[in-house]
Amino acid sequence: MFVTSAYAQETAPAAAEGDTHAGTAVPAAEHETFPPFDAKTFPSQILWLVITFGLFYLFLKRVVMPRLGGIIDVRNDRITQDLDHAARLKGEADAAVAAYEQELAEAKVNANKIGQQANDAAKAQAEGTRKKLEAELEKKLGEAEASIASIKAKAMKEVGTIAEDTTSAIVEALVGGKTDKAEIAAAVKSASR
Amino acid sequence: MAADKVDPIHQFQIHPIIPLHIGGYDVSFTNSSLFMVVTIVLASAFLYMSTSSRALIPGRLQSVSEMAYEFVGNMLRDAAGKQGMQFFPLVFSLFMFVLVANLIGLFPYFFTVTSHIIVTFTLAILVIGTVLVYGFAKHGFGFLKLFVPQGVPGYLLPLVVAIEIISFVSRPVSLSVRLFANMLAGHITLKVFSGFVVSLSAFGAVGIAGSVLPLAMAVALSALELLVAFLQAYVFAVLTCMYLNDALHPSH
Repeated sequence: MFVTSAYAQETAPAAAEGDTHAGTAVPAAEHETFPPFDAKTFPSQILWLVITFGLFYLFLKRVVMPRLGGIIDVRNDRITQDLDHAARLKGEADAAVAAYEQELAEAKVNANKIGQQANDAAKAQAEGTRKKLEAELEKKLGEAEASIASIKAKAMKEVGTIAEDTTSAIVEALVGGKTDKAEIAAAVKSASR
Repeated sequence: MAADKVDPIHQFQIHPIIPLHIGGYDVSFTNSSLFMVVTIVLASAFLYMSTSSRALIPGRLQSVSEMAYEFVGNMLRDAAGKQGMQFFPLVFSLFMFVLVANLIGLFPYFFTVTSHIIVTFTLAILVIGTVLVYGFAKHGFGFLKLFVPQGVPGYLLPLVVAIEIISFVSRPVSLSVRLFANMLAGHITLKVFSGFVVSLSAFGAVGIAGSVLPLAMAVALSALELLVAFLQAYVFAVLTCMYLNDALHPSH
């Protein structure tokens, strides 16, 4: 491409040599033909192109392309495998989460049940205690009422005696003499009615 | 013109390195042959070495090889479907050969294999030959349906079939001329601008100052040629895929 003057001088003898070579065949037409259209060079170019391109084709087909295809296939397999692995791990993680949530739900249910039972037991116990206390109180109240009634009866009885005594004393003081006990008792009874 | 120091055509000249004649044909090992060998050795060595570790996580060079492989693979799959993958080695080696040949040609003093019409035409014939052989082997005369599009009214059919045949026949020509002309024109342009730099700088200080412009142009063109080198290899491979699709599915 870039031919400096130095190069041109350098290659000048070589070119001249080429000229003498070709000169034996066609002496005059050497510089007349445009090189790409110079049919004299066609057999050589076709032959060497067939040889070189044929070798190149065989080398690529037999060695390079299986290798490149292999590299890319291995990589694609590896990626697919890794993706599968990741999907499997994700599945496992999801399953673990589901199991955890189920256990959590069960635990919650159990906790509620236990709480409920404890609550019920506590209520039942409290109820029992309350009933017992109420019964005791009732009994004590009954006893107290009975004692009050007896005290009242006793007191009432004593009130009668006191009234008879007082009446007999008053009568003795006012009237003098002895008083009949039975009479007084009847009088007090009728007055207190 | 030939005597000129900056003859832009000089770079395309073929001269024998090892003279060889078989059956009256001159099949000498030439500079063109040398660069074909360089191309396949470089491409093979790169693909072989970069993938030798077979790393699960690719390094830079292995990534380049894998990218080229998957790039061509996807291209073929998109154009010709799953069935087309049997032609993967052919398309991949065509792409790599053209690409590496184009790229090597960008180096100064290096010969560009693909700048010769006979090389690109041979590759194009290889593609069309594959299409024809495979098409007829697989579909028999059904392959000729390729030239008869469906849903065309009867009175138009002769015209359409003629057009289809002409377009099919012109495929190897267009395929080869596209690549060849791009490489040829690119290299001539580069050479012309670089030649300006050399010629101008011979005129002393003013000439050297003036040669900055063509130098900048040559740099920009080099970048463009790099793009063209890749693009033409891509176009060649894409068209190959589309033609192979015709061999697989002749009825449109």
